[in-house]
Amino acid sequence: MSKSVNVKDLDVYYGDFLAVHDVSIDIAPKSVTAFIGPSGCGKSTLLRTLNRMHEVIPGAHVKGQVLVDGDDLYGAGVDPVTVRRQIGMVFQRPNPFPTMSIKENVLAGVRLNNKRISRSAADDLVEKSLLAANLWNEVKDRLEKPGQGLSGGQQQRLCIARAIAVEPQVLLMDEPCSALDPISTLAVEDLINELKDSFTVVIVTHNMQQAARVSDKTAFFNIAGTGKPGKLIEYAETTTIFNNPMQKSTEDYVSGRFG
Amino acid sequence: MTTATESARLPAVRNRLTTGQLPKRSTLYTVIGGFILAAALQGLIGFNWFGLLVFTGVFYLIAIYSLSLMKENRRKALDRLVSGLVCTAFILALAPLVSTLWTVVSKGLGILSWEFISTSGGAAHIDPDTLELVSSSGALQAIVGTLQITGLATLFSVPIGLLTAIYLVEYAHPTFWLRRTVNFLVDVMTGIPSIVAGLFAFSLFTLLLGPKAFSGLSAAVALSVLMIPTVVRSCEEMLRLVPADLREASYALGVTKYVTITRIVIPTAIAGIATGITLAIARVIGETAPIFMAASFTDSFNANPLSGPMQTLPVMAYTGYKFPGQDIDLSNNQAWGAALLLVLLVVVLNLMARIIAMIFAPKTSR
Repeated sequence: MSKSVNVKDLDVYYGDFLAVHDVSIDIAPKSVTAFIGPSGCGKSTLLRTLNRMHEVIPGAHVKGQVLVDGDDLYGAGVDPVTVRRQIGMVFQRPNPFPTMSIKENVLAGVRLNNKRISRSAADDLVEKSLLAANLWNEVKDRLEKPGQGLSGGQQQRLCIARAIAVEPQVLLMDEPCSALDPISTLAVEDLINELKDSFTVVIVTHNMQQAARVSDKTAFFNIAGTGKPGKLIEYAETTTIFNNPMQKSTEDYVSGRFG
Repeated sequence: MTTATESARLPAVRNRLTTGQLPKRSTLYTVIGGFILAAALQGLIGFNWFGLLVFTGVFYLIAIYSLSLMKENRRKALDRLVSGLVCTAFILALAPLVSTLWTVVSKGLGILSWEFISTSGGAAHIDPDTLELVSSSGALQAIVGTLQITGLATLFSVPIGLLTAIYLVEYAHPTFWLRRTVNFLVDVMTGIPSIVAGLFAFSLFTLLLGPKAFSGLSAAVALSVLMIPTVVRSCEEMLRLVPADLREASYALGVTKYVTITRIVIPTAIAGIATGITLAIARVIGETAPIFMAASFTDSFNANPLSGPMQTLPVMAYTGYKFPGQDIDLSNNQAWGAALLLVLLVVVLNLMARIIAMIFAPKTSR
């Protein structure tokens, strides 16, 4: 049920501004891929093109192809809604729906897509998703309480549970731990390792230890200067990127010598 | 041992950081001093309440500033002066409000009775049995008229206003010409004098139905012209407050834009939207001129907003004074009664807005 993602010669624009230039990258199914690089180098932008979320911003568009198991996301007549149902996303800041309880938040993806679901099936789905997000034991006694009453780390895991409840084929994570403390970060990282068994995971992170800990392959992005487009510098096995990179700038960045 | 440490701690060792300050209650004492001084001055030049308050304020400001300047420093003196000025401004702003409320309550309370709100008619008429001139007092026609006209206006304005706000916030591209036009027109509408709205409704219905086309519906149309821009602006404000994160979270789940708006954005903003709408209602419920033009006025009961003149509370307050019946005192009293009822209605509406906001507010309690 997890799918591969192949990006081919992708340019990403905000209006006339070229944000990411000429990226090609092949992501294998059931793997964890980390995007690292300095701020503003376009890694989040690229991530958002993988489920057509970037076009929520007025004027944003792409040139090139993104193939998910061979199907072009940007082909003519592709409905972004269909794409997003298959490719889920977790954001930097936890964003549970404030009007909904914990349970309703987990079921949001199913309910809001107007799928009929029986009460017992819904209960099972909530338990399964929350178990998968390592949150079940902490919230099982207060499923009817508001989702915003949880701590930040719990909220983020609730958002992950919400994203995996719709059973996407690919899960994109945009700096999911940057607002979390080390213990919650550890919980989310453990979770990513478990999610790998059933999903293709792509994670953007500023934390290089985190990239080294969770990912199979790592892509390093860099930017030549302000106003210049971000580029993919190097994409290889995580161990290669961190121990024996091909490019000088990659080595500088991962060893902390970056200017 | 204990006594030793206590006695060591207890002696009033003055904290050197607090020296050079006026004593704690100096503000209160200065106000009292200013009051006495003002009263003494009034004793010399003649007494009136307003003068007493003004002189108290002036004496207080002078005294506290010079005292503080002597004992403390310039910064603190200025701080006390400005605090005093702010409090004075607050009391000044409050005075007309309290005075108005007091006048309305004291003059209107006398006539307020079950009979006043449950019967209609205000003019004297001849009792058919005794052939005597009796004057009945009642505001039922005005209460019903107010509720019907404002209710209809709300019914017209809320869908139009809310949908316009949704278009402006969720759909229109920031630089798209239609959005800029709508924005401009809403701004223009906000500035329309209410009498012009009344003229518009009056002439519209005269053109459609011929002369003397007074009706509650016509007044409701006039009120919606005034209400729509307020509703648009408050709903727009509230929809913009919904974090973009929530919309993105919803889109990322593969939820369509329409469902995102109806199930995520509006429920999150509903408390603010409900408050905004209630305040818009409270604003138009007191309109007199447009209703007077579009629905005229009447003393007889008319619960059909589609035809015939209709009375409302503000118009009743106006006509009670301007066009009193044979019993002039009764008419004036009725005017005050109508004004008091209107104030009560607005208070109830505001309370409702609070309660609605409380019920719908997103729950964040742990």
